[in-house]
Amino acid sequence: MQVHLRIQRYNPEVDAKPYFAEYDVEVEPTDRVLDALNLVKWYHDGTLTYRRSCAHGVCGSDAMRINGRNRLACKLLIRDVGTNITIEPLIGFRIIRDLVVDMEPFFEAYKSVLPFLINDDPAPVGERLQSPEDRQRFDDTTKCILCACCTSSCPITWTNDEFVGPAAIVNAHRFIYDSRDQAAAERLAILNQKSGVWRCRTVFNCTEACPRGIQVTRAIEEVKRSLLTGDVS
Amino acid sequence: MYHRFDAVIVGAGGAGLMAAAQLAGKVNVAVISKLYPTRSHTGAAQGGIGAALGNLEEDHWIWHMFDTVKGGDYLVDQDAAEVLAREAIDAVYELEHMGLPFNRTPDGRIDQRRFGGHTRNFGEGPVRRACYAADRTGHMILQTLYQQGIKHQVQYFNEMMMLDLLLTDDGVCTGVVALDILTGEIHVFHAKAVLLATGGFGRIFKVTSNALSLTGDGCAIAFRRGLPLEDMEFFQFHPTGIYKMGILLSEACRGEGGILRNGKGERFMEKYAPTLLDLAPRDMVSRSIYLEIRQGLGIDGKDYVHLDLTHLPAEVIENKLPDITDFVRTYMGLDPVTDLIPIQPTAHYAMGGIPTDVDGRVTIDENNTVLPGLYAAGECACVSVHGANRLGTNSLVDLIVFGRRAGRHMLQFIAENDLHPLPKEPDFRARAEVSALLDGDGTENAAAIRADLQEAMFTHAGVFRTAEGLLQLKDQLAELRHRYSRVGLRDKSRNFNMDLVETIETGYLLDVAEAVAAGALAREESRGGHFREDFPERDDANWLKHTLVYRTSGGLEMRYKPVVVTRFEPKERKY
Ligand SMILES: Cc1cc2nc3c(=O)[nH]c(=O)nc-3n(C[C@H](O)[C@H](O)[C@H](O)COP(=O)(O)OP(=O)(O)OC[C@H]3O[C@@H](n4cnc5c(N)ncnc54)[C@H](O)[C@@H]3O)c2cc1C
Ligand code: SF4
Ligand code: SF4
Ligand code: FES
Repeated sequence: MQVHLRIQRYNPEVDAKPYFAEYDVEVEPTDRVLDALNLVKWYHDGTLTYRRSCAHGVCGSDAMRINGRNRLACKLLIRDVGTNITIEPLIGFRIIRDLVVDMEPFFEAYKSVLPFLINDDPAPVGERLQSPEDRQRFDDTTKCILCACCTSSCPITWTNDEFVGPAAIVNAHRFIYDSRDQAAAERLAILNQKSGVWRCRTVFNCTEACPRGIQVTRAIEEVKRSLLTGDVS
Repeated sequence: MYHRFDAVIVGAGGAGLMAAAQLAGKVNVAVISKLYPTRSHTGAAQGGIGAALGNLEEDHWIWHMFDTVKGGDYLVDQDAAEVLAREAIDAVYELEHMGLPFNRTPDGRIDQRRFGGHTRNFGEGPVRRACYAADRTGHMILQTLYQQGIKHQVQYFNEMMMLDLLLTDDGVCTGVVALDILTGEIHVFHAKAVLLATGGFGRIFKVTSNALSLTGDGCAIAFRRGLPLEDMEFFQFHPTGIYKMGILLSEACRGEGGILRNGKGERFMEKYAPTLLDLAPRDMVSRSIYLEIRQGLGIDGKDYVHLDLTHLPAEVIENKLPDITDFVRTYMGLDPVTDLIPIQPTAHYAMGGIPTDVDGRVTIDENNTVLPGLYAAGECACVSVHGANRLGTNSLVDLIVFGRRAGRHMLQFIAENDLHPLPKEPDFRARAEVSALLDGDGTENAAAIRADLQEAMFTHAGVFRTAEGLLQLKDQLAELRHRYSRVGLRDKSRNFNMDLVETIETGYLLDVAEAVAAGALAREESRGGHFREDFPERDDANWLKHTLVYRTSGGLEMRYKPVVVTRFEPKERKY
């Protein structure tokens, strides 16, 4: 079948401002949107630029706006999106070229929440024990692939540079509720600042956008509750 | 731009990051990667990491070692397999201490599951050895190691692509040259020690579980610099790739009880591996699938069979295989709880690569002469612990155990050695390659060359091989190389030029494919992942040896080196 792609293009080396280019390609209904992009790049217009790697939704490279929603191009099939496909870069980030945006501020926000296990006790000879229930407590937020679909869908991040954004909070959550970690208080203090969780207005865009099915808004609510109650169980 | 470091690590997958964790905070270390670290393909690994922890039933490292040697059809270097199996235990605990969220047993220990070829008491029956975190074990490893890098302030150069390796005339490695994808600038990294950890090259084949970025860069660059590649003819085809797409459905599906069925609904592995059945090693299962298909026993007589999970409890499928369930739903519109899943073998893992010793030091000949300052680890390296066929869960072990050993050895090497001066005009070759492409007027399309290469390799160097097919392949590859000499870019920009990146990668694929094809044609026997229909038996008298292939001005040259046998004499492999 034929699909019609409208893709936002912008190469700051030559273009004064972004514009849309249009392409028609032959694809199968079971192809991914990424396959359609690859067809354009490989056989129609070699200058089209986007990131990609795994091609099955686990590396987080190809987050972009497809028909107005943030998706991974490799995790969306043509049959589920229709024959008219508009593709734009993630919003809220500086465009580097075409669909490639500057991810540095996103990773800086991620790093700011101390996204690593902190436990100063000497490690035992074998594993640190953890019950299956304690492990389950933070399971949902371990799935994050740092694709930025959530952060870029959040209306607060569009207007406020300071807000750490949902992805950083998800990754703080992953450690705050890990029974092996000892730095919940530090992370909560970071998220209690004016750049932290209180910016969030619970709009649920982020949850809807997450390609890993993480309950992003719920994770943020849990962090807020812990801040109010001091309870991190 | 010029940079100076004690250590430069090329590649930010499990192997590179595990090495970086040993060096961080102790010496000045840079990690350069053409992808953001968390995009590396280690994150795609699903099923588990093997270690004889014995958390659920009796297990011993020596059983793990035996399985590794037998699984590898005795081409494994047994000294290395012993290191792998012994150190796996401690390495897994180290990951846990770093924060890796493993699944847990009711008493709070790391949970373990069954995996193909892993047995108790030297082959008596399956054993629970694979430590796992749902079906996202690789994701958790990659995230955990990246997090440790942040904690210890490792310096990352992301979207920085290595183009060349710097070796002095007297054979010392002094650094690498790389392209900053963002700006198009060339950078020189001057270092005392370099680790290559650039991953595999599944993209030489049409149907593969490997990422688009897995193009064998490290192997190809070393090869171009005159270093040998070892055992390249051994490539693993994983039995259960999603039909046509190649996306992997982990062996954990069968570890949890999944069954393969042919067009008649029969559990055909009963015929081929009566003891381990569906959990026989991958090379055997993949061949069995094709044998069924050849007899017209594929589904509706076509070229695929079914993976059946429908008899498993829905909670097991949802809780222990959540990502796989999601893949099947997303990409096939099927539900593994109720539907049979169409699968075909998919090109998965390179057993061969850059030869190293057990400390990750790159060796350059049949006497294992070390090249000072150069290390390799992970899928791009060949220690060799996988021999002719890797067991499931053993790659992640390899990354962690040998990434760690390489990192530690580099520390010592850096302490004991001075920085060597760079060769003159160190970036000459890299600049020449890039400007030939940017300023050239070639007309051949790299994407078309790549597609033809992948098709030819899949047809002639796949699960079944013959001299006739491989000779045909040799001609096809020569023709493709000729086309590549006239390749042209459509994109001439400097900034974020992915056309440039993909065209250079296609060149690497060609180098690697030639090495695979040449090794396969030369090896007149069948062993593990290399199956010659014209030589269907294993031939220890003539072929119990590793291939070393070199690129010389006169073409490819083969040499051979002996296999290290310590505890287990080669025997026939039956399961
Ligand atoms: C779908 C799938 C599932 C798997 N499941 C399992 C499993 O359950 N258990 C198991 O043991 N194994 C499994 N494997 C195998 C295992 O995941 C891989 O072999 C392993 O992750 C490779 O790790 P690595 O560190 O060597 O390379 P990778 O993780 O592939 O990383 C390569 C790195 O090198 C960088 N790089 C490459 N070229 C360049 C260049 N030119 N310049 C700069 N940087 C470069 C990349 O950016 C990347 O950071 C699986 C593999 C796949 C594909
Ligand atoms: S729930 Fe909060 S973080 Fe998520 S999109 Fe809404 S405001 Fe942003
Ligand atoms: S929470 Fe989901 S959407 Fe947000 S970065 Fe992580 S995986 Fe992507
Ligand atoms: S390419 Fe990896 S998530 Fe899409």
